[in-house]
Amino acid sequence: MSEAPRPVSVPQPRLLWCGDTALTVEFGDTIDPVANAAVLALDRRVRDARVPGLVEAVPTYRSLTLHVDPCAIDPAALEAALLAMIDAPSDDAAPTRVWRLPVVYGGAFGIDLDDVAAHHGISSDEVVARHSAPDYRVAMNGFLPGYAYLSGLDPSLALSRRESPRPVTPAGTISIGGVQALVASIAAPSGWHLLGRTPVRAFLPGRDPVFLFEPGDTIRFCPIEAERWNEMDRAAQAGERIAECETAR
Amino acid sequence: MTGRLAIRRCSGALSLQDGGRTGYQRYGLSGSGAMDPLAMAAANALVGNPPGAAALELGLGGGRFVVEAGSAWLATAGAPCTVRIDGVPIAGHRTVSLPDGAELAIDPPREGTFVYLAVAGGFRAEPLLGSVSLHLRAGIGGAGGRLFQAGDGLDFVVSEGPAPGDRTIDAVALDRDAPIRVMLGPQADRFAKAGIDTLLGATFTVSHRADRMGYQLEGPAIAHGEAGYNIVSDATVAGSIQVPGHGRPIVLMADRQTTGGYPKIATVVSADLRRLAQRRPGEAVRFEAVDLARAREAALRRAHDLADLPTRLRPLGGIDVERLLGANLAGQAVDALRDST
Repeated sequence: MSEAPRPVSVPQPRLLWCGDTALTVEFGDTIDPVANAAVLALDRRVRDARVPGLVEAVPTYRSLTLHVDPCAIDPAALEAALLAMIDAPSDDAAPTRVWRLPVVYGGAFGIDLDDVAAHHGISSDEVVARHSAPDYRVAMNGFLPGYAYLSGLDPSLALSRRESPRPVTPAGTISIGGVQALVASIAAPSGWHLLGRTPVRAFLPGRDPVFLFEPGDTIRFCPIEAERWNEMDRAAQAGERIAECETAR
Repeated sequence: MTGRLAIRRCSGALSLQDGGRTGYQRYGLSGSGAMDPLAMAAANALVGNPPGAAALELGLGGGRFVVEAGSAWLATAGAPCTVRIDGVPIAGHRTVSLPDGAELAIDPPREGTFVYLAVAGGFRAEPLLGSVSLHLRAGIGGAGGRLFQAGDGLDFVVSEGPAPGDRTIDAVALDRDAPIRVMLGPQADRFAKAGIDTLLGATFTVSHRADRMGYQLEGPAIAHGEAGYNIVSDATVAGSIQVPGHGRPIVLMADRQTTGGYPKIATVVSADLRRLAQRRPGEAVRFEAVDLARAREAALRRAHDLADLPTRLRPLGGIDVERLLGANLAGQAVDALRDST
């Protein structure tokens, strides 16, 4: 997936201090692929620029937050350097990694699949087909370790979150909420609609790498039969990635 | 050489913490690390360790510890508590040599929340992603990704250097009555003016929903603006004050979620987050707004205080007349220094 070129329709960002330890560059307040592309482009530039006092950068759907050492920065110089990086011409479309994630849809693996199908008046197979068709982009990782929030959901599947969240949903859950799609890594409460599970561990302590997905990566879901779950799940827990990965430009 | 500290009993939240992890928030993993880094650094300074060396963090609880094999120099710092060696009370904020088989008991703190126990040479644990800190939600660090329990133990490196000897250091100030300084934003514009006035004017209370992830505060509801209380998720920081629909603020702490979908009305300045961390359920919290310049001044003073800890160590034993005289003459200056920590 290529980067949207700046400056097409990217609004002038706002710089928002979050206390004395972070500065957020906000490109918008909605889920917007153009804003997210601008976030990821700035993230790469910040990484290459070796900004003094920068501790780490966190991209989200719509903003890049720079965590800084308050004792090692000059706030005005930091703001100016960021604005200069944002205004620099865009020539830095990065190679994209493409991940193929095996997913068992429906049944005990995706207990909301049939409800989602019924809500949209289509078959469960059609939900699977529409959910596994697009190239998704990892818009951000966040909330819990290894949770990948994806853009690219087929709008015809969009569905507001459940009224009552479930207190626990399993590791590897593939779900949708609103216009977002999610790959969950570890078990957690969720109010999203559960379509399936992947044996892939997006976060596995002790494996190298511990985390699989970078913001900006592309993800494709590949439906598999439930019979293959146990074998793949064991291999993944033993440290295999399971997910196939290739680099595309 | 390696020694072992056995945990005979413990209560509250006992975990191993150090300076925490950096670089993994982009994967959804927050930094963890000591809730009161200054207190942990004071415990480490007493036994001659670097400020961010791994130490045991006792959260609203106590414990009984025994050295197995060899002896150890230990020190506690942080919230005031009773410390006993084989039943005999000793002062906190001092070093103690614990012989093989002797028991160190730390009672739950009388006030405040977090006590740190450091050992000369440092605790030895397998770091993950650059830190041994427990991150409970992620299931990493500490004792196999969980809190310590009775029957656990942990190894420490027996220091090769000179023994620290009997020494003490001034208690780190908890400043329990001082307002907590905040900077408004990043989403203060999502709140009605009345909501900002409530945050800065009301007295809140730390609720029982307070842990290493966040402290929910009780008090008058903070009014959102007309745009409501949902935002598209963006990044949080340690100290973010998010306000969900019910209007009661939650201050995010060391083990927080890295992103969140509630607007953040203000952010606790870095120097004051440990002060808030040391308040326990039921204690009062008031907020005061400052600008970035004042927040950075406070951060610089905090960094200075932390770097200065080794120079504030004093030998124990006998009556130090010179020090008493000095303390009286310099009383005002000492108070001023305490105010700035």
